[in-house]
Amino acid sequence: MKASAFAYARATSVANALELLAVHGEKARVLSGGQSLIPAMNLRLVAPEVIVDIGGLAELRGIVIEGETLVIGALTRHADLLKSSDIVKCAPLLAAAVAHIAHPAIRNRGTIGGSLAQADPASELPACMLTLGASIVVRGPGGERRIAAEEFFRGIYETQLAPQDLLVAVELPVADSGSAHFFQEFARRHGDYAITGLAAQAVLEGDRFAALRLGYFAVGDRPVLAEAAGKLTGVTVTPALLAEASDALSDELDPHEDQQATPAMRRHLARILLTRCMASLLKRPDLQIGGVA
Amino acid sequence: MSSIRTNPERLSVLDRPNSYIGKTVPRPNLDRLLQGRGSYVSDLELPRMAHVVFLRSPHAHAKIVNIDVAPAKQMSGVIAVVTGEELAAVITPWVGVLSHLKGLKSAPQSAIAVGRVCWQGEAVAAIVATSRAAAEDAAEHVAVQYEELEAATDMRTALDPATPIIHASLGDNLAFERIHEAGAVDQAFAESDAVVEADFVFGRHTGVTLEPRSVVASWNAAEARLTIHQGTQAPHMVQNIAALHLGLRDSQVRVVCKDVGGSFGIKVHIYADEMATYALAKMLRRPVKFVADRVESFNTDIHARDHRCKGKIGIKRDGTITAFEIDDLTGIGPYSMYPRTSAIEANQVVNLVGGPYSNKNYRARARVVFQNKNVMCQYRAVGHPIACSVTEGLVDLAALEIGMDPVEIRRRNLIADDAYPCTSPSGLRFEQLSHHASLTKIVEMMDYQALRSEQARLRKDGIFRGIGIASFIEVTNPSAAFYGVGGARISSQDGVAVRLDAQGSVICLTSITEQGQGSESLTAQIVGSVLGVSMDRVRVVLGDTDMTPYGGGTWASRGAGIGGEAALQATKVLRQNILDVAAAILQASPAELDIVNNVVVSASDGTPRIDLNELARIVYFRPDTLPPGIQPELMATRHFVPREYPFAFTNGVQAAWVEVDTDTGFVKLLRHWVVEDCGTIINPQLVDEQIRGGVVQGLGAALFEKCIYDDRGQLTNANMADYLVPMSGEMPDIDVGHVVSPTRESELGAKGAGEAGTAGAAAAVTNAVNDALTPFETIITEIPLTPQVILTALKKI
Repeated sequence: MKASAFAYARATSVANALELLAVHGEKARVLSGGQSLIPAMNLRLVAPEVIVDIGGLAELRGIVIEGETLVIGALTRHADLLKSSDIVKCAPLLAAAVAHIAHPAIRNRGTIGGSLAQADPASELPACMLTLGASIVVRGPGGERRIAAEEFFRGIYETQLAPQDLLVAVELPVADSGSAHFFQEFARRHGDYAITGLAAQAVLEGDRFAALRLGYFAVGDRPVLAEAAGKLTGVTVTPALLAEASDALSDELDPHEDQQATPAMRRHLARILLTRCMASLLKRPDLQIGGVA
Repeated sequence: MSSIRTNPERLSVLDRPNSYIGKTVPRPNLDRLLQGRGSYVSDLELPRMAHVVFLRSPHAHAKIVNIDVAPAKQMSGVIAVVTGEELAAVITPWVGVLSHLKGLKSAPQSAIAVGRVCWQGEAVAAIVATSRAAAEDAAEHVAVQYEELEAATDMRTALDPATPIIHASLGDNLAFERIHEAGAVDQAFAESDAVVEADFVFGRHTGVTLEPRSVVASWNAAEARLTIHQGTQAPHMVQNIAALHLGLRDSQVRVVCKDVGGSFGIKVHIYADEMATYALAKMLRRPVKFVADRVESFNTDIHARDHRCKGKIGIKRDGTITAFEIDDLTGIGPYSMYPRTSAIEANQVVNLVGGPYSNKNYRARARVVFQNKNVMCQYRAVGHPIACSVTEGLVDLAALEIGMDPVEIRRRNLIADDAYPCTSPSGLRFEQLSHHASLTKIVEMMDYQALRSEQARLRKDGIFRGIGIASFIEVTNPSAAFYGVGGARISSQDGVAVRLDAQGSVICLTSITEQGQGSESLTAQIVGSVLGVSMDRVRVVLGDTDMTPYGGGTWASRGAGIGGEAALQATKVLRQNILDVAAAILQASPAELDIVNNVVVSASDGTPRIDLNELARIVYFRPDTLPPGIQPELMATRHFVPREYPFAFTNGVQAAWVEVDTDTGFVKLLRHWVVEDCGTIINPQLVDEQIRGGVVQGLGAALFEKCIYDDRGQLTNANMADYLVPMSGEMPDIDVGHVVSPTRESELGAKGAGEAGTAGAAAAVTNAVNDALTPFETIITEIPLTPQVILTALKKI
């Protein structure tokens, strides 16, 4: 199919992009890497009247360490995240996650800002933002503001972004040297949207977690920071405790049904991921053998 | 590759010095395709060419109350908006039945729906405009008023009295039924030590060609002639069908088929939207292009499989199989496809179940029912994956029941390699198969015992791996028995014309077609070898009904075996004609001469006598210097069709080595082996890649591919994100070995290899998954083997 006719404007600056969005409002869509928008337009699932192409805005591209904060420009492509030594050093979870995003051709075009603004609940980066405690930097008619990742995602393809807003960057705390991470997802084929996935980050003190954040994705209408993590923090994790935390996780998740999985299967896979995550982060293979599921 | 030459005494024209037969040589069309210089239908731009878009029904079953085309007709760029009723004045409807499939019935189908739509995706109007985008814009403004009718979607209830009858004139929803009985089945079951039954379920899937179906039809009013540019497997069939329904003679239709981006049986049928495109070109007196987009490909390209088959096997304690029984049910959509019909797959299932084994007791029933879903028809390995999965699944269940190794039970039951010729209980005649040699070879290739040890060792660590074996037979080189005897004007013979040009090169016109499998290469290899010229001097022309001899095309694994033999025979004649002329020029006897490496030489010692270049110069430009009475014929044509056997059966065996994650239900394909016997191998690499490609399509069926319909007949995954084709990342290494039993029906000895991979891959994987899950005492007989299916079987969810 061919997209419906649309007007096209290539923004010359962030200010110019904001002007264009202010004028066209809901009739406009921002074009970043185009990996979600263009297929949707070609299928005539969306038919924006105006495309505001921000692809030329160099100011939105790049990875910078500012003290204890890692700043990633919205136009930074997945492929750039994958090969950045700063990402490996300061946010290794992201490096692990990005390898699971689709295929090289898509990673070469798709951007972090595009992925977050799209807010597909099955995609990797929104969950990583929750896990890493990111702030989403947004500019709009009222100036610049920061939205905590936990507040940013509101539902399927739904965020705190207003039609006049532009997502310009994300800010992440630089990972502690003592932190550990775990990333795994279950997808039918490599590169597919996950059936269920987990992006986890932890700080270990001896054999216990001083901090643990479990960002699940593809288990509901938005990424979920599992509260069950609390049960596993500050204590020695035993199989019994892990079973208890898994039950709590099952209770707090409200997964959807689709062609790949029933809610029951998603809950089951979420538990499997929790078990594998604990075994990996704590280096305790015993937790996995004869697992909780 | 390794081969066992079963009849090395057979020397033929192919065993000449510098023969290309049996050698991996580069394909002549590679440079063109790899440099992006291929010529596909969608590349074609003709003067005054218009683009057609079909507005398609959103309902599975509905009455068309009204179509308002007025607003769309006013839109910019729109040339015409045509309904089914209007188009019916130009093209007649058709009924997809053949007389040899007794009792097969179907209803008249129109190019565009008239009065009623019978599946989601059936065209209700054609919008013709100056561009595809303009036509799509206008399509959004064609208002169709539907009155939704109850849809019959579930094949299991299609014959229930409560289910609406899709075509009232047919009386019920039963399109075709075949019942077959051989031997003494009841007695055999009664005398068995055990009888095992299982229900096998096969997902509906489709072919997903990289290039979608594409047509440019162009009507030349001055010549009263229609030229159809189409990616098709059977140009002469398209010519005949288009002419028949447009009220033309065959000679008024030319079909041109250049490069085709994959076919797999998808492009061997006549589709309603293609017929509509031909008719629109004639009606509007201008070229019209139709290129299916991906969504309409999923909704209208034929689907396949979608069978539910009850199977039963009788077994003795010593491993002897006593009987097979099946009851197969399949739903084919609202119409039997034209002109090959949609009864062939079920018919093949009946033919093929139990085929590799010496058992003589067999009972089968197959029922084919109508439903309000997209049409189903022949796709790569028609019926074979169903028959193979049922047979091999039952054999493994029987082995499990009596505690026998899966390889051993096959050894005890496969037809002996020296038992040929013989006939199967379903009446298939086998010329020469090599099941035991193939099984021995695959056991060796995979190191079966080592895998069994590894499996046992890993199981202690909670790692569950499994081995699956599947023996199979494959129908290739079909004679007229496939379609011609049923009244279809689909040629089973093929022809090749070869001509020496004025510089000693060869032009070869063949009626087989190329869709990526290597028809062009194998033809050039045969012509070059038989004639004695280098392949770079052979130019092969395919796919033009004005140019090539008449023939069937490339489908049902027939190109190499039938078209290849025609090439061999035509080239032998040309060679003799050349030697006759050379003998006259050289004042020698033809028997003393040979052609080697583009030069006529002395047969005894290879001394060069005259270049083909020089011979051609004399023949074409100085015939006055030839002795009187000599009239050189440097062009020769021959045709071929197998006459002795209706089909040249091939055989083989596949093995899969898989790991099942019993926590998640995911299956990892670790390795796959195939040993097959396609007779003479013309190009080992092409054969091996045909096998591998076929295996990948079979693995797609095993693990991934399924057209998911809801109970209202809506296809819910008609896109490449939700319909999961197999991708390279999930594919295992595939090792291919060969046993070679040439057919004696032809001098070439080649049988087909195009569908062997697809025939047995899913059966091998399913058997491997069940083998891996033995400790859990669960048997899965449903594909695709999704994580959801496996976790459910393991009672994890």
